[in-house]
Amino acid sequence: MRRFLDVTGAVAWRTIHHFLTQPSILVPSLLFPLFFFTAFSGALSGVEAIPGFDFPSGYAAFQFAFVMLQASAFGGVFAGFSIAADFESGFTRRLMLASPDRRGILAGYAVAALFRAVVVWVMLIVVALLVGMQIDGGALDLVGLYTLAALVNVTGLLFSAGVATRLRTMQAGPAMQMPVFLLLFLAPVYMPLELLEGWIHTAARLNPMTPLLELSRDFISGQPADLWAYAVVLTMFAVLALWALTGLRRAERAGG
Amino acid sequence: MSATSTQVGELARRSLVRTLRQPASIIPSLLFPLVFLALNSGGLGSATRIPDFPTDSYLAFFIAAPFVQAALFATMGAGTDVAKDVQTGFVSRLALTPTRGNALLFGQLAGVLAVSLFSSLTFLVVGLVAGVTFESGLPGMVVIMVLATLIGIALSSIGVMLGMRSGSGEAVQGMFPLFFVFLFLSSLTMPRPLIEQDWFRTIATYNPVSYLLEAIRSLVITGWDGRALALGFGIAIALVAVSVFGASRAVRMRWTRT
Repeated sequence: MRRFLDVTGAVAWRTIHHFLTQPSILVPSLLFPLFFFTAFSGALSGVEAIPGFDFPSGYAAFQFAFVMLQASAFGGVFAGFSIAADFESGFTRRLMLASPDRRGILAGYAVAALFRAVVVWVMLIVVALLVGMQIDGGALDLVGLYTLAALVNVTGLLFSAGVATRLRTMQAGPAMQMPVFLLLFLAPVYMPLELLEGWIHTAARLNPMTPLLELSRDFISGQPADLWAYAVVLTMFAVLALWALTGLRRAERAGG
Repeated sequence: MSATSTQVGELARRSLVRTLRQPASIIPSLLFPLVFLALNSGGLGSATRIPDFPTDSYLAFFIAAPFVQAALFATMGAGTDVAKDVQTGFVSRLALTPTRGNALLFGQLAGVLAVSLFSSLTFLVVGLVAGVTFESGLPGMVVIMVLATLIGIALSSIGVMLGMRSGSGEAVQGMFPLFFVFLFLSSLTMPRPLIEQDWFRTIATYNPVSYLLEAIRSLVITGWDGRALALGFGIAIALVAVSVFGASRAVRMRWTRT
């Protein structure tokens, strides 16, 4: 266990240090979620006038829930980019030779992804409160919201780690980003599921991100939460952990 | 044929061939706007139920977006190509020949022009197949292509300027978020009068991208709206003038430095 934690700590520290000292990585990570929040909630607040839109905490809170999950998922995906870059530079090959427990490498990247997400969450909530966003959920709801976001973050990391360990090149960027992007935007992003029409309603109904998004909105607005969404995210977590670990084994066999 | 037109012709051919040989430079500028169109027109379909929304088809409302988005991708493509030319020493070698600097600029823009026309045609066909009715008819579609081409030239010239000045593809790519901000802080997803947040409506009103979108949109959902077209074309032409001037200066500076 100690060996696992040593590797985890070392990889996490290195990745976090890299994140904090590279403005080209740090600044977009902070600005993009903030930008999406202001652009969506600012431009589309008129959606509240649509008959049937009955989210009690206002459109800013409605969008906040989406941007939280989006920032969390992409925080995980972007950590996957670091894994791919480390493979490309040959760092991972040396790291694998030096690590007594290689699962610690994945865990280290996961800790760094979570750190990255926490930085974005803090900035996002501060800005949201400054612009007067209404939060009707209690403390327990917020704990539920951030726990859900943390699970989404690590799930995103496990997905992109599975891709990065299999392809081991930065060219794999779109293969990590695009499926997550589509999954997120095929959920009820701009309006509730009941107001979606046509093919997108069907896609959103089948999309595993939809219950997660609806649960996070329930938490923000303090409405009774349908906790089965946790079962969805935990299943995704388990499947993608297997995906990432088998990817790691493949990378080991390929010699890093 | 004058020497300058021969130079422009040769460099245009090079730009065109280079663009065609790199599907990666064409596919994103077609694919991403179409994916974005599908997701947004689906996700915001019910927005047409907002009182006073100008059309009952959100697809018709949003079809203007891909034309401007494709121009953004063209900007990045043109800028990155020019930066690569600087990095690989092509520009330095070219500067030692009697070639005029502006021949490189206009030659480069020819490649962009071809991609821009192809993209515009694709978006129009996709719109028609998806059931969008263009209220201004066939002449309106031609006008949309002309306007989209002007926007493409304007933004690509900015790309050339950035590529020439920085000589770094990364620096050009780094500007993408800024263009993205301009696109999103406009009337992209909602007509300006229906934007309820005052601060956002103010930004969208001062953002020239709003008027480019609204000019294209007017041809789709209104018909012939002289005011929207005058504003859209006025801004596009002004952008072309300013950006071509800036790109031309950047080319001249690089030539002198060489």
